[in-house]
Amino acid sequence: MSSLSRRRLLGSAALVAAAPSLPRPAIAQAAPVRIGLILPMTGPFASTGRQIDAAVRTWLRMNGESHGGRRLEVLLRDDTGVAPDTTRRLAQELVVRERVNVLAGFGLTPLALSTAPVATEARVPMVVMAAGTSIIVQRSPFILRTSFTLPQQTMPIADWAASNGITSCATMVTDYAPGHDSEAAFKRRFTERGGQIPLELRTPLRNPDYAPFLQRVRDARVQALFVFVPSGEGANVMKQFDERGLAQAGIRLIGTGDLTDDDILNEMGDPAIGVITSHFYSAAHDSPENREYVAAFRQIAPNMRPNFMSVGGFDGMRLIAEGLRGTDGNTDGQRLVDAMRGKSWMSPRGPITIDANTRDIVQDVYIRRVERRDGQLWNIEFDRIPQVRDPGT
Amino acid sequence: MLTVLVDGVASGMLLFVLACGLSVTLGLMNFVNLAHGAFGMAGGYLCVVLLNQHGVPFIPAVAAAALFAAALGFVLERTLYRQLYGRDHLDQVLFSIGLVFVMSAVVDWLMGARQQLITLPAWLQGRWDFGFMTVGVYRAFLIAVCGAIVLALHLGLVRTRFGARLRAAVDDAVVARGLGIPVTRIFGVTFALGSGLAGLGGALGVEVLGLDPTFPLKFMVYFLIVVAVGGANTIVGPFLAALLLGVVDVAGKYYVPQVGAFVIYTAMVVLLLVKPHGLLARGAAR
Amino acid sequence: MSAALRFALQALFWGGWAGAYFALPEYLPLLAQIAIIALFVLSLDLLVGYAGFVTLGHAAFFGLGAYAAGILAQQGWGEPISGLLFGAAVAALVGLLTAPLVLRGGDLTGLMVTLGIAMMLFEAANRMAWLTGGADGLQGVEMWEIFGVWRFDLFGRTAFVYSLTVLFLLYLLARLIVSSPFGLALRGIKGNRRRMEALGTPVRARLVAVYTLSAAYAGIAGALLAQTTQFVSLDVLDFHRSADALLMLVLGGMGSLYGAMLGAIVFMVAHHALSELTPQFWQFWIGIALIALAIAGRGGMLGLAGRLLARWGGR
Repeated sequence: MSSLSRRRLLGSAALVAAAPSLPRPAIAQAAPVRIGLILPMTGPFASTGRQIDAAVRTWLRMNGESHGGRRLEVLLRDDTGVAPDTTRRLAQELVVRERVNVLAGFGLTPLALSTAPVATEARVPMVVMAAGTSIIVQRSPFILRTSFTLPQQTMPIADWAASNGITSCATMVTDYAPGHDSEAAFKRRFTERGGQIPLELRTPLRNPDYAPFLQRVRDARVQALFVFVPSGEGANVMKQFDERGLAQAGIRLIGTGDLTDDDILNEMGDPAIGVITSHFYSAAHDSPENREYVAAFRQIAPNMRPNFMSVGGFDGMRLIAEGLRGTDGNTDGQRLVDAMRGKSWMSPRGPITIDANTRDIVQDVYIRRVERRDGQLWNIEFDRIPQVRDPGT
Repeated sequence: MLTVLVDGVASGMLLFVLACGLSVTLGLMNFVNLAHGAFGMAGGYLCVVLLNQHGVPFIPAVAAAALFAAALGFVLERTLYRQLYGRDHLDQVLFSIGLVFVMSAVVDWLMGARQQLITLPAWLQGRWDFGFMTVGVYRAFLIAVCGAIVLALHLGLVRTRFGARLRAAVDDAVVARGLGIPVTRIFGVTFALGSGLAGLGGALGVEVLGLDPTFPLKFMVYFLIVVAVGGANTIVGPFLAALLLGVVDVAGKYYVPQVGAFVIYTAMVVLLLVKPHGLLARGAAR
Repeated sequence: MSAALRFALQALFWGGWAGAYFALPEYLPLLAQIAIIALFVLSLDLLVGYAGFVTLGHAAFFGLGAYAAGILAQQGWGEPISGLLFGAAVAALVGLLTAPLVLRGGDLTGLMVTLGIAMMLFEAANRMAWLTGGADGLQGVEMWEIFGVWRFDLFGRTAFVYSLTVLFLLYLLARLIVSSPFGLALRGIKGNRRRMEALGTPVRARLVAVYTLSAAYAGIAGALLAQTTQFVSLDVLDFHRSADALLMLVLGGMGSLYGAMLGAIVFMVAHHALSELTPQFWQFWIGIALIALAIAGRGGMLGLAGRLLARWGGR
């Protein structure tokens, strides 16, 4: 970073700090602030899109549409989740044609990476609400993230395993960047703490059949299996884990919270009970903010339980609104980003901060166990690691 | 080792039940039906709905899924498919992909895009440990059910009058028609049967293959491989092809996971190059 | 159709493209992609429409071209025109090498072998993450200015003009090729292969040649996409690309260069409009349209239009 921009940054940070205390100027309702929301609404990752879309609408219903003297207008686009060139083109169109002031969404890593240059060139803030690879925020100075990063979620479970008598652990991750991220993070922390990793498996992103992989894990006679799979795939892993009798063979299943995604956790049935994961959000999180959020979400989407993707969308909207309040409705990209940096608030997931330097999220990570409560399965948090930042940065 | 083999056989058999209807459509009417998997999907979803929302037991739900898919196949054959018999392969491809799009969108609208999950009845859960190998109960169940279906199909084709007519029609539709065999009607019935089997496979496969609105496209490639490698004019050919595919796929993932899906595509291309007309091709008749 | 009318329609077609630059300045990124896909469908038409060889794996060449051009630029040579040629060369080479495999055996075998090869390439690209970026896509593609003058801009102006120019030039070339003796031989093979063999035409050599040519065209289309989006993902090799292109071709009308391009335009525009209108259910309406077209129309839209024109013109 050049000294000039650092000075600017410091200046704007001061401005941000001062902003809330200033009286709000009575700007008449100016033109609405347009948010281009790009999500996978169809295709294999559609559940991510549906969750975030519902969360965005939930946020608007709870907080109203006017912020910083401007009305928020959301334009939803479907990028099908598998075509980064489409995501990029949609972003380009949203910027050029619809003149959006903020880009948001981005379900998967490649989709966010392909769009990063658009944000840079158009000088439009890009709020990543889902994709979780560490490097994303470094790809453009206009990117901010309200979801999570995989190393951030993975380190705590590696610690937990090492402190709970597990010395040999196999890993099984999906073969793409988030998978590699979590594999590397787990391996580093777990071996640092003296653990052994005799078997590392990578499963394909498409058409995965976990049975043969799990059979190998069973034959490797380890104490635990660490799993990262995209949200939604967890159910299949769990089924096969159970069917192969890995639990009876004395192997514990641990992973990041993607494995026990709230969206489908309840249908996973008994095999899921007792699985230990580390993650930043559980729909069962015990706080007034979360209870209010879950209730409001259920009104928007009666058949869905909000999951960690949704809360990324929810906080993404909050971040945009905070930014607008910070600039008093000014939508200049750089000023918005500067206003968004360093913001902290109490989210349904717990306290979070958008780091002023990395623009990445800092949040509490919880260790949870799947339990049955009132006839339904929930991730029950039993330990908390406060304010974890992405270890990669 | 043996466990891997059993797993491979189970998934191969399931694949066969899903795909055998396609081999008949292709062999008999020379119709490229890329929407075949959609019937499997329809059966799978019906099974899920019955199980999870109406508390129907597993076996009746699977049976209902097969009947539902058969009925759907019959209706669509009568109304839409028959208009495209004898047309260009490309028209058929266009039509059947359109059908997949529509059915996927409808399912998506009704049920949402996520993976569907079921809970098996207790007697199908767990596994048997024989010391030298362990077998999942459900896999064994799959092998038994699919094996019975294969046997029934084979006998039905060889022993019954309908089977004889069907074989005649497949061998040479023109001559068969000339001999007074109602080829179109036979085809309608066979189409419904094939769809029903796909529905059955879809229902049985929810636990093993997973189920979401992309199911028809996801597995279309597998079905085509089964039919193309097996040859489109027998039961035994596709059956062997499906078994081979299942075993090679599972074994490849077990022993060389780093090359993954490479194995089955390589196996397919090599087989097709060595035996361009299918595993059990009868000379260059076709 | 009279020659004058034909010419007028063609002028209208290309004039329309050029006019779009001024009339729809906000849609240029989309239009650039339509032009690229039109070129891809054109390449498929050479193979399927003219030579009668159906493939389910044409995305293999599209993807090869895209990765070749993308990796070249990523490694520090961002000159666009040579990148296009490099993409074409790589695709053509692989086409030439695989043609003997693909042309063995019958219709269905060919279909499956092309599909298999495309799938293998997809897996290979997925596995060779050190070269291709794997499932995360190829990062850091930086293009230089075209002829050192025109920079690829955010509004897609350069991308559009560049893609359209390439499409137009390659269309002209394709037109020359299909009306040459070579092109006539291809149609003969499509119509009746045995007779062409009996006439002494080296059928296999012709098919290998057209397969390679079509691969080169597809490679250029892929390279264009890589250069204009400055990003390559596994998606370029995906099965759905092959299938979509085939749909567009049938939609527009096979065996006609304009049919191929029209199909691409209509499909892409419909897809775009529908997915903006109903982000969740565009598939449904596209599906309905496809079914209706398959049942009603022969020879795609162009065939339909031709029949209407014939009726309208009397006789």
